[in-house]
Amino acid sequence: MNYLESRKYVIQAIFIAIGAVYLIKLFYIQVLDDSYKTAAESNAVRPVIQYPFRGLVYDRHGTLLVENTPVYDLMVVPKEAKAIDTLKFCQLVGITLPEYREKIAAAKKYSYVKPSPFLQRLSNTEFAAIQDNLVDFPGFYINARTVRGYPHQSLAHALGYIGEISPLQLEDTTYRGYRQGDYLGISGIEREYEKFLMGKRGVKYTMVNVRGIEKGSFKDGAYDTLSEAGQNLVTTIDLKLQQYGELLMSGGKVGSIVAIEPKTGEILALVSAPYFDPSMLTGKELGNNYMKLLNDPTKPLFNRPLMATYPPGSIFKLAQALIAMQEGVLTPNTGYPCNWSLVKCSHRHEYPANLNIAIENSCNPYFYQVFRSVVNRGKYRNIYEDARQGLDNWNRHIKSFGFASHLNIDLPGEKKGLMPNSQFYDRIYKRDGWKFPTIYSVSIGQGETGVTPLQMANFAATIANRGFYYKPHIVRSVGEKGKPLPEYSVKNYTSVNPRYFPPVIEGMQLVVDKGTGRNASLKHIGVVVCGKTGTVQNPHGKDHSVFIAFAPKDDPKIAIAVYVENAGGGAIAAAPMASLMMEKYLTDTVTTAYRKRWEADMISGGFYKWGK
Amino acid sequence: MRTSYKISRNIDWVTIGLYGLMVMLGWMNIYAAVYNPEHVTSIFDFTLNSGKQLAWIGTSVVIIVMLFAIDYKAYDSLAYAIYGLVILVLLGTLLLASPIKGSRSWLVITDTVRLQPAEFAKFATALAVSKFMSSINLRQQNWKDQAKLAGMALLPPIIIILQNETGSALVFGAFTLAFFREGMSPLILIIGAVAVFIFILTLLIPQWYLAGALTVLMGAYLWLNFHRLKRHLAMYVGIWAAVLIMVFSVTYFIDNVLQEHQQNRIKVLVDPEVDPLGVGWNVTQSKIAIGSGGFFGKGFLEGTQTKFDFVPEQSTDFIFCTVGEEHGWIGSLVIIGLFIALLMRIVFVAERQRSVFGRTYGYCVASIIFFHFLVNVGMTIGLAPVVGIPLPFFSYGGSSLWSFTILLFILLAIDAHRKLDLGRG
Repeated sequence: MNYLESRKYVIQAIFIAIGAVYLIKLFYIQVLDDSYKTAAESNAVRPVIQYPFRGLVYDRHGTLLVENTPVYDLMVVPKEAKAIDTLKFCQLVGITLPEYREKIAAAKKYSYVKPSPFLQRLSNTEFAAIQDNLVDFPGFYINARTVRGYPHQSLAHALGYIGEISPLQLEDTTYRGYRQGDYLGISGIEREYEKFLMGKRGVKYTMVNVRGIEKGSFKDGAYDTLSEAGQNLVTTIDLKLQQYGELLMSGGKVGSIVAIEPKTGEILALVSAPYFDPSMLTGKELGNNYMKLLNDPTKPLFNRPLMATYPPGSIFKLAQALIAMQEGVLTPNTGYPCNWSLVKCSHRHEYPANLNIAIENSCNPYFYQVFRSVVNRGKYRNIYEDARQGLDNWNRHIKSFGFASHLNIDLPGEKKGLMPNSQFYDRIYKRDGWKFPTIYSVSIGQGETGVTPLQMANFAATIANRGFYYKPHIVRSVGEKGKPLPEYSVKNYTSVNPRYFPPVIEGMQLVVDKGTGRNASLKHIGVVVCGKTGTVQNPHGKDHSVFIAFAPKDDPKIAIAVYVENAGGGAIAAAPMASLMMEKYLTDTVTTAYRKRWEADMISGGFYKWGK
Repeated sequence: MRTSYKISRNIDWVTIGLYGLMVMLGWMNIYAAVYNPEHVTSIFDFTLNSGKQLAWIGTSVVIIVMLFAIDYKAYDSLAYAIYGLVILVLLGTLLLASPIKGSRSWLVITDTVRLQPAEFAKFATALAVSKFMSSINLRQQNWKDQAKLAGMALLPPIIIILQNETGSALVFGAFTLAFFREGMSPLILIIGAVAVFIFILTLLIPQWYLAGALTVLMGAYLWLNFHRLKRHLAMYVGIWAAVLIMVFSVTYFIDNVLQEHQQNRIKVLVDPEVDPLGVGWNVTQSKIAIGSGGFFGKGFLEGTQTKFDFVPEQSTDFIFCTVGEEHGWIGSLVIIGLFIALLMRIVFVAERQRSVFGRTYGYCVASIIFFHFLVNVGMTIGLAPVVGIPLPFFSYGGSSLWSFTILLFILLAIDAHRKLDLGRG
C-alpha cells in the first residue's frame, strides 16, 4: 500500500466523524431535549405580523396631509376553523353560505395552516359586532391594520398612493423583505420615500392549541420583534396655496401650476389638472377607481407638471436674450426692426429699439434675429458647419438652465423634455441639410422644443435668483426635526453670467406694468411682479396659455409657472391665475371686489370670453 | 467488448441494493410529507410529489440500463466532450432562460417539467477532472497542470453562481476531497478546516476581540517556547498574519460580499433571532419537527409538524424533517447509517479500480454525495447554514434524482468492467 492509498482512511474517518456528530446532535434534540416536543404539542405557532405605523406626511406649516386610519380584517386559519356553526357564522358576518364556502376554499388554496384574510376592511360597526362573538368561532380572528387617510382632498399626484405588492415585485430581489399582501408606495412621495415611510415590521409568535385557543407567546416571546413606526415627512407644500391652485384649475381645465420658493428650491404648489381626490386610491375601491381614472380620456392620473412636455412659447425669449448677451452678440441697447417678413409678430407695437421694449411686446422678429446672431456666428466658412457649431454652443447654455435634463425632483416619473442640438437635426435633415432658417421657430419657443411646467417654474426661480437655482424638491425633511439634504443647498449656476440677468428682469417688469402681462399686476397690494407671457401655437386646437413670473421683484418670495391648455393667449388665463396665486401666497388672501370677480372668472372658465 | 465477459457477475450489487433502499425510503417519506389526513390520496397520485417522484424513479431505471449498455470506455474517451457540452448548456441557460425565483438556472421543458442543468454539471465535471487526473501526476509540483485542474473544477460553479444558484455551486468544493486522495497537499484540507473554524469563531466573537485573543495566544506560545521556535520565527509570524487576515476577510466577506439573505442564513447558525420570519423560522420549525420525533418517532404518516407548510420545502430540501419526526432517532440512525455505508462502499469500489480515471471518479462521487449529505442534514438540525441543496436519493425532484443516479451508475458501469481494464495507474 503506497502512502497515498492510506489517505482513504482519513477520508473514511471524516465520513464517520460527521455521521457520528450528527447522530449525537440528533440524540440531543430528539431524545434529551423536551422543549421541541412541547412546542410541537401546542400544535401551532402562529406568526402574527405587527404592521408598523406608516409615516405621516405634513405640509410646510405642519398641516397633516396623509394620515393612517385603522381598518380591520377578519382572518381565518382553515385548519383550525373546522368545528364551527357555519350558519350562525354567516349570519354574524353577513354573507351567504356559498360565499362562505368559496372564501374558505380560497383560503385553503393559499395555505391550510397559515392565516389568510377572510373579509377585508370591515367597517367600525361591522368590526364591533363581529369582535364580541368571535370566541365561538375558533380559527377566526381580527387583524387590525391601517390604510392611508387624507384629511384634505389635495395634492393627489405628488402624494401618490400605496397598494399591494405585485407578484412580479415579490420575485424581484430589490423587494426582498416584503411578503405577499404587504403594501408599498406605488407612486409619488409614497414611492420615492418608501424606505422611510414603511417603518419596520414586527412579528409576534403565539402558540395555538388544537382548538385554536391561544396559549400565550412562543418561548416567552424570545423570537418576537417589535414593529417600528415609519418616519414622518415634512413637505415643502403650502396646503392653502395648493388648494387655491386646484380651485383655479377646477372645472375640467387641463394644465399645471408650479410654484417654487426661489431662495430654497422648495415647491410651494404642484397642481396637475384635471386632478382627483387622493382618497379614491385607498380602501376597498382602489382597484375600481384606478381603472376609472386610467380610462378617463382627460388622463387625470398623468402628473402633468413633471411628465407633460410642451413647447414653452414666448417665455423662452428670456432665455434667448440671456444666452445672446453671454455670447456677446446682444446688449440691452441692441435694436432690431420688427420685420414681419421674417416671422409674424403677434401684434403691432412700437419699434423695438432695445431689449426692454422687445420683451415688453414679446416681439417675434426681434428674437428671430437674436437667435440668428447666436447660431450664425460666421466663424466657419461653411454655413452649415457654422450653424451646427452655433446651435451646439447654444444647447450647452440652455441645458445649464435645467432644460432637456432631469431636475431630479424627489418624485418619480419626471420627463427630460427636449432642446435640439446639431445631432438632432442631422438625424432629421441629414448632415448639411439644415441651417438657421430651418430651425428658426426655436427662437420663440416653438418647433422642436419640449419643456415641463416644473422646468418653466425652475426657470422663473433662476431669473428671480439672478442666475442660479436650487434643486426643486417637495420634501423638506425626514422626521419633524430632520435637516434638508445637503444637495438642496447647492447653488446651480447657469452658464450665463449673473450680470446679464437684471436687464431681462427690467423687461419682465415692463411686461407686467404695461406690456402683454398687465393682467398679472399686483399694484393694488404694492408688489412689483416680473413676468412673461407665452402663447403656444397648438396645431390640434386653441392655443395654450403660458405665464411665468416671480415677485416681489427685489426680494423674490415666489416663482411660478402656469400652463393652461387650450385657453388662448398667455394674458388670458395663465397671467391672471399666476397673479391670484402670488397674491394668495404673499397676503394669504384675495379680497378686493374686482379680484374676486377675476377669481370667479378663472374658476368658472369665464376668462374664455376675455379673448373675444 | 468481448461477449463472453458477463458484466452482471461483476456489477456491485451491494451499492445497487443501498441505492434501491434509499430511493424507496425517499419516495415513502415524500408521500408522508405531502400526505394530508383531511384529504387522503394515493401514493401513486400523479398530481402529488410522491406520484411524480415514482415517475422519476421509473425513468431513473431506464437511465441505469442505458448507462450499463453504453460502451464503458466512452466515459473515459468522451469525458471532455460531455464536460464541454454541459458548459455550453450552462452558459445557454444563463443567457437565455427566464428567471424563476430570481435564478436563471432552469430549462423549462413543459409547464410542469423543468430541468436544472447545474445538477448535471456535477457528474460531467467529475468525469473531466478524473480524465485529466489520469493524464497528470498531482504529486509532481507542476503548477501549470494544477492550475488547469483547478480551472476545470471552478468554471462550472462560477457560471452557476452567475445563475444565482450559489448553493449548487458550493458543491464543487467537494472535489478537494478527491484531489486529496490523489496527492493534493493535506495542507489545503487543514487550511480549509482552520478557515471553517475561524469562520465559526468570527460569528461568535467580535473580530477585534478575536484578533486580540489570537495575537495574545500566539505571542504567549512563542514567548514560552522561544528557544525552540526562534529558528522558524518568520514562519510563525507568517501564520499569525495569515490567521489575522482570515479573521478580517471573513467578516468583510459576510458583511459586504454576501447579500442580506445569505448573511442571515449564516448568522442564524448562532442566533435564531436573525430573520425570524424568514430563514430563522425555517430552522426553528425544522428543529421542532425533528425534535418532536423522540426516540421511536410518531409513526409513518403520523407526523404533525411536517404536514402542510410549517416546514418549507418539506418534500425537497427539508425531507429529513419527515424522517426525524415520523421515525425518531432510530429513523435518523438508519438514514445516516445508510449514507455512511454507501460512502464507505463507494470508497471501497473506488480503491479497487485499476485506472486512475476510475479511482478518481469514484472519489468524486463519494465527495459530492458526502457534501450534499453534510450540508442538507446539517441545516435541518441547525449545524450548517441553510443552503438549498437536496438530500441525495431522498429529496423530491427529477433533476436531482437523475443526476445522482447518473453520477453513481457511471461509477458502477466502469466498475463492472474493471477486470477488462489493463490499468494505467
